Amino acid sequence: MPDRPTPEPIRDLACLDPSASLRGAAEAEGPGTPAGALSRRDALRLLAVSAAAPALLSGCGPEEAAEGAAHHAAARARGAVAPAVGAEPGFFTAHEFDTVRLLADYVLPADDRGPSAAEVGVPQFIDFLMTDDELRGDLEERQTAMRGGLGWLDAACRRVHGQPFAGCTDAQRRAVLDRIAYPDSAEPADAPGVRFFNRFRDYTAAGYFSSPQGMDDLGYVGNASQAQWTGCSDEANAWAARAV
Amino acid sequence: MQIIEPSETYDVCIVGSGAGGSMAAYVLTQAGANVVMLEAGGPWSVEDGDMLTWNYESPRRGAAIKTRHFGEFDACDGGWSLEGEPYASAEGTRWDWWRARMLGGRTNHWGRISLRFGPDDFRGQSLDGYGDDWPITYDDVAPYYDKVDELVGIFGSQDGFYNEPDGRFLPPPEPRCYEKRVMRGAESIGIPVLSSRLSILTQAKGDRAACHYCGQCNRGCSVGANFSAGRVLLRPAQATGNLTLVTHAMAREVLTDAEGRASGVSFVDTRTLEEQQVRADVVILAASACESARLLLNSTSERHPNGLANSSDVVGKYLMDTVGASASAFVPALASQPTHNCDGVGGMHIYIPWWLYDQHASLGFPRGYHLETWGGRGMPGYGFGGGIQGQNGSLPGDRPRGGGGYGASLKDDYRTLYAARVGFSGRGEMIAREDNVCEIDPASVDKYGIPTLRFDVTWSDAEVQQARHMQMAMREILESIGGEIDEMPTEETQYGISSPGSIIHEAGCVRMGDDPTTSALNGFCQAHDADNVFVVDAAPFVSQPHKNTTWTILALAWRAADYLVDQRKQRNV
Repeated sequence: MPDRPTPEPIRDLACLDPSASLRGAAEAEGPGTPAGALSRRDALRLLAVSAAAPALLSGCGPEEAAEGAAHHAAARARGAVAPAVGAEPGFFTAHEFDTVRLLADYVLPADDRGPSAAEVGVPQFIDFLMTDDELRGDLEERQTAMRGGLGWLDAACRRVHGQPFAGCTDAQRRAVLDRIAYPDSAEPADAPGVRFFNRFRDYTAAGYFSSPQGMDDLGYVGNASQAQWTGCSDEANAWAARAV
Repeated sequence: MQIIEPSETYDVCIVGSGAGGSMAAYVLTQAGANVVMLEAGGPWSVEDGDMLTWNYESPRRGAAIKTRHFGEFDACDGGWSLEGEPYASAEGTRWDWWRARMLGGRTNHWGRISLRFGPDDFRGQSLDGYGDDWPITYDDVAPYYDKVDELVGIFGSQDGFYNEPDGRFLPPPEPRCYEKRVMRGAESIGIPVLSSRLSILTQAKGDRAACHYCGQCNRGCSVGANFSAGRVLLRPAQATGNLTLVTHAMAREVLTDAEGRASGVSFVDTRTLEEQQVRADVVILAASACESARLLLNSTSERHPNGLANSSDVVGKYLMDTVGASASAFVPALASQPTHNCDGVGGMHIYIPWWLYDQHASLGFPRGYHLETWGGRGMPGYGFGGGIQGQNGSLPGDRPRGGGGYGASLKDDYRTLYAARVGFSGRGEMIAREDNVCEIDPASVDKYGIPTLRFDVTWSDAEVQQARHMQMAMREILESIGGEIDEMPTEETQYGISSPGSIIHEAGCVRMGDDPTTSALNGFCQAHDADNVFVVDAAPFVSQPHKNTTWTILALAWRAADYLVDQRKQRNV
């Protein structure tokens, strides 16, 4: 389990902070609140106060307000990211979960811009989806498609390589994945694998890019309170105006 | 079952706490009326919302849940289906019915698109022969649009565009980078683009803060910077001390006396299933168009055997939704764009008004539409990158096997495609037709024992041809901004037209008119058959222009409430 970065103060909210007494209230919230970081409710309270006293916002520019990375760090420090990367599965068997972890990293491996899918908890995210009865849709259908898909994959690997997916070599695994990862050029007999992998790829992408690390990877710097809106950055406006 | 009898008689009972009901409550409580409001859902205030929550704060990353169909952080308890509250569609037809069950109704999560109807929209029949004219004109409603603008707050620009009346606007926000590209593209092919008109505060108003541009209006705004009925209307109504709010109260029927006038409302406490009643001198229905029609149809009595306010037999008929179609494209020029905050307000900063208003003779369909645009760097959540196998096959690079894949190149494809898709949603006017109906399903009741609705609604060629035109126009604009457009939907799919009901603009099923034999209400939303019954949601609409319902619901509800106050002073009601 990777270490979490040291929490930093939420700069955009800190610059909205008009009142030492409110800061005191935030710190009094309990042992779970790291010094310098505010809970969302405190942030909302501060926003409400700042609305009543707009002059206090002076000197708080949109640049400061858009410090997304600091925002992620603070949210992570709150322990809000769930489920934990190291958690044991609630749906998958140990063998299935080994396969899921491997597959997730074949879909989205680590590179110079971000960690791998398994490193940000994608296997646990998928496991959660397989047990979450609140999620819209048919839980049993979801479970059957996932379990059946993993079973199909193992059977396909055994037939050609004599081993389930997890027991194959890297080259053997890629040979099977190449058959099911490209729907337009796949053989009709591999259709169940294609269907499974399309869904698995979607789950992996959602789990990875919606994680704090995935948002950093994409350069997502929104979800911040900004004192004013002056449009996108000059650089972004120029980029979007390009003739391509 | 024991029925709990009421202990007092209120001046007014309002059914429903959305835009119309809350506006009526706001006006009537300030005028000194003793008002009771019934809401089928639970209590909710904007402070309960999930503004500024990261999707990763939930293990399901913002996905739709069974009790919130637009996502777990979207501020609308409800959706296309509610447990224990079925509805049906006639064979071969489909109606999608969104129902909110919460204080403030759908105003908590809506898109805040707040367009006025224009002068032509109240007299369509006179202009082209389709549908009917309203019994009122733009000039009757305009003073109320002005009052709603001032009270609620709306941004926009003064454009003087034909049949798109300007309002009392706050300054509009600067368009986003991709929206500027759309403006240049559309204008290069002769299609005008205006500032959008959304009920979001770009300047503080009273005790409500100015927008802080997090782009999440649909989650409910904790600082009150956008319009929601609870924050903007019910809070001041409650402050008068004249409003009694009853949540978890599912209305069964409007009670009437021997003269056929309303005497109160019976309802079910949804938690205990106890049957209760409230007595009131006046009953105002604002339960959403189809629920209000359902209530009237279920309120049968000796004096009203066909349902209350229904001697004309029009209740449930002339049901309308908005015509919808959409198209989007990958725009290579927007790929791999510099990191920046693109959130803005919780909705589009620009929109395309109906620009071919003088060319209907050659278009093949009678009424107009507008185009909404979307794109940008939204917060990634559940569903991010879904179906990429249908999108990355045509990206640059060596891709002999087509779309999909895995590994480092796939990871790069997600990055490339992020924020590089621009889309349009066409929103058009449907013609009101008598045979598009909701009616009581003869053999079905909900879990409260209340007879349920069956819908029978179809598009006519007017709507299908309009959807075709939307598709062509959207593609022209996408092409003008360098988008890689896909194949246009065919006639077999009715050009990708939305299913009726799915745009969530239901209207018209308790329509107003001067003639009591062809309408249920007069021009003040007052029932012809019972002068102490009013309907103030979108059910009274005679037509449903492409301009979204809420601003007109608010204006008509205010006008009806003013009229009621005046009539009470004259002791007419």
